[in-house]
Amino acid sequence: MSKEPNAAATKRSFAIRNPFVLTKRTEGMPAYKTWGVRLIALILAIIVCGLITLLITGLNPFDVYATMIRGNFGTARKAWVVLKDMAILLCVSLAVTPAFKMRFWNIGGEGQILVGALATAACMILLGDKIPTGLLIPIMFIAALAAGAIWGIIPAIFKAYWKTNETLFTLMMNYVALQLVSFFIIVWEVPKGAGQIGIINQSTLAGWLPWIGGQQYLLNVIVVAVLTALVYVYLKYTKHGYEISVVGESERTAKYVGIKVPKVLIRTMALSGALCALAGFLKVAGTDHTLTTTITEGYGFTAVMVSWMANFNPIAMIFSTFIIVFLDKGAGEISSMFYLNQSFSEILTGIILFFIIGSEFFIRYKVSLRRHETKEV
Amino acid sequence: MKKLLVFLLALCMVFTVVACGGGSDDEGEATDVKVGFICLHDENSTYDLNFINAAREVVAALGIPEENYILRVNVPEGQECYDVACEMVDEGCDIIFADSFGHEDFMIQAAMENPDVQFCHATGTKAHTQGLDNYHNAFASIYEGRYLYGVAAGLKLQEMIDAGEFTAEEAKIGYVGAFTYAEVISGYTAFYLGVKSVVPTVTMEVTFTGSWYDEAMEKEAANNLIANGCKLIGQHADSMGAPTACEEAGVPNVSYNGSTKAACPNTYILTTRINWVPYYTYAINCVINGEAIDADWTGTLENGAVEILDLNEAVAAEGTAEALEQVRAALLDGSLHVFDTSTFTVNGETLTSYMADVDTDANYTGDTEVISNGVFMESHFRSAPYFDLQIDGITLLDSAF
Repeated sequence: MSKEPNAAATKRSFAIRNPFVLTKRTEGMPAYKTWGVRLIALILAIIVCGLITLLITGLNPFDVYATMIRGNFGTARKAWVVLKDMAILLCVSLAVTPAFKMRFWNIGGEGQILVGALATAACMILLGDKIPTGLLIPIMFIAALAAGAIWGIIPAIFKAYWKTNETLFTLMMNYVALQLVSFFIIVWEVPKGAGQIGIINQSTLAGWLPWIGGQQYLLNVIVVAVLTALVYVYLKYTKHGYEISVVGESERTAKYVGIKVPKVLIRTMALSGALCALAGFLKVAGTDHTLTTTITEGYGFTAVMVSWMANFNPIAMIFSTFIIVFLDKGAGEISSMFYLNQSFSEILTGIILFFIIGSEFFIRYKVSLRRHETKEV
Repeated sequence: MKKLLVFLLALCMVFTVVACGGGSDDEGEATDVKVGFICLHDENSTYDLNFINAAREVVAALGIPEENYILRVNVPEGQECYDVACEMVDEGCDIIFADSFGHEDFMIQAAMENPDVQFCHATGTKAHTQGLDNYHNAFASIYEGRYLYGVAAGLKLQEMIDAGEFTAEEAKIGYVGAFTYAEVISGYTAFYLGVKSVVPTVTMEVTFTGSWYDEAMEKEAANNLIANGCKLIGQHADSMGAPTACEEAGVPNVSYNGSTKAACPNTYILTTRINWVPYYTYAINCVINGEAIDADWTGTLENGAVEILDLNEAVAAEGTAEALEQVRAALLDGSLHVFDTSTFTVNGETLTSYMADVDTDANYTGDTEVISNGVFMESHFRSAPYFDLQIDGITLLDSAF
């Protein structure tokens, strides 16, 4: 943070009503400072949460924090559940990131996860007793990724050739996917009229992903860890990744340097949709073994926040994913341990997220006290 | 009414005494038992509140200390249910209860992996065929409660006909259901037969919301039925949606799981509910005494699990309490059966044989003959309902769910 803002930095400064001046940081802060700001924000958030807890419920805030930590790491199983949820949320966050980097607002993650889950469940239900699991799993995998890719390509084609609004388009595709899933749940419901499928192939385990080292959730964690590295490399070191950045910065520049923008749009959305669907596949085949309309747990939307909080950096996303999952599990533990309504823990989550997202403002803008009007550019 | 109240109070006392008796025999052991309860929603859902209240009551009655009792609410019907159940095992629970139908497979999964812990699931269908010693289902013959509140509703309807509000031929009632699931079908059919026992000309329209808990949709469904000319509304969904709509429109109604008298003083007649205290008491005592729990437990009027409560004298027709007492006595002594095949027809014909899907399978294969001596034996071959016939006089407005 330089004491004297240079000309470039002040060029885009604008004045709001007294007494602060906002200046967009063009050069960015050094990493240790940005993480410092985030840490301060987290500490402030925890203090405010503590105060609110004390004032509203009269509980000792330190007990509440200890409970949050216990809710995440109290037992080995709880820690595994945290890892399991992190894996899926991170997978979706990684999936939406290439699209966001390209300034393609893919908020259709929910729908893309759902069609992936639907394709996986369909294979398990229809082929479960016909094909050995060794062959069934690859079929499920391909079907899921193909379904997600198609779900991503449709809005991309419309955007590329007819300039439709991708935000609305991807959002509406979510509802189409949701209705498809609802429909097939009624088709496959057990028992009749129950409106639910239950665990698929519970007795035969057909299409269930294997446990590794006796751990049910480990395979998902490994898959997503590898995926994180791959997406990092893809975005940073490959030609595709470079094209995505250029298209994101300016479509005109991309055209000027000879990048075929429609091709990049469609290819990237196919990837984004397929990776969202991978999350659906991992959830259905790896952990939940069922299909419900709520199986996404809203991760398609939460991932948008995770991706932005991490500034589209796949490695930083591990931390932002952790924060979201930690808060969620901690909040759940608080509400059950202290017999508080779920809403209270959501208040705490809201406060913490407010500070964390707010801290990004201070990272991107320099706030200084106004001295003399005349000095403004 | 007083008689009824006295009877119910007496019943409660009997159970409290039984419960305390069980506890005091082995007081040292009783306090060692650790119990977990898994609920789909929290207290804001009348359905879950009914379970939570029963859980608290039983825990207090058995002298189980606070630290040996875990309640987890808002547990979805997915892998989370399995995770929560296993966490309860980690925390040392000896017996774990789950309250929602969709929890079943995840409870079974947890039961398979933890053979030393008892898993009890309300409303499920699979325990009697699953072959697990530590997995159990429970439900109640709630159709008897629904028949009873149907009688109360019928008396109200007759009163309205006598007052000249509409003719006997125009007597149409409505019902808000969740899914076209046997539990719902059994429930609304019993309700209809109860009304019909008083007003033989009555017809009924049923609509489904496709959700067990959706306040807005349930309210809209009730409004649609009222707009269709339904004079009285019954419901099987878990929110205040339908009762609120009825109160606003001034249409009499009966409710499920709990009294809505406070919110609907001008239209609420009667409620029926499953009282889970007898089952929780029974199952926990089995664990304390080291006895096996039944794979499938059915609560009845007799064992106190099926209750009708809180008759609203201001709305109910005169003489309702006395009539209910008589019908109740007849149901208890076996002289009256709710699903007596002589009281209804299916496609114009009296039912003589029906193979119901008692052993749940993906193809809904009918596997058990459930008609015996002119009665459809509901909740007899397993606790969860399996009456899924469409009887004459009931019109389904939609059956997409």
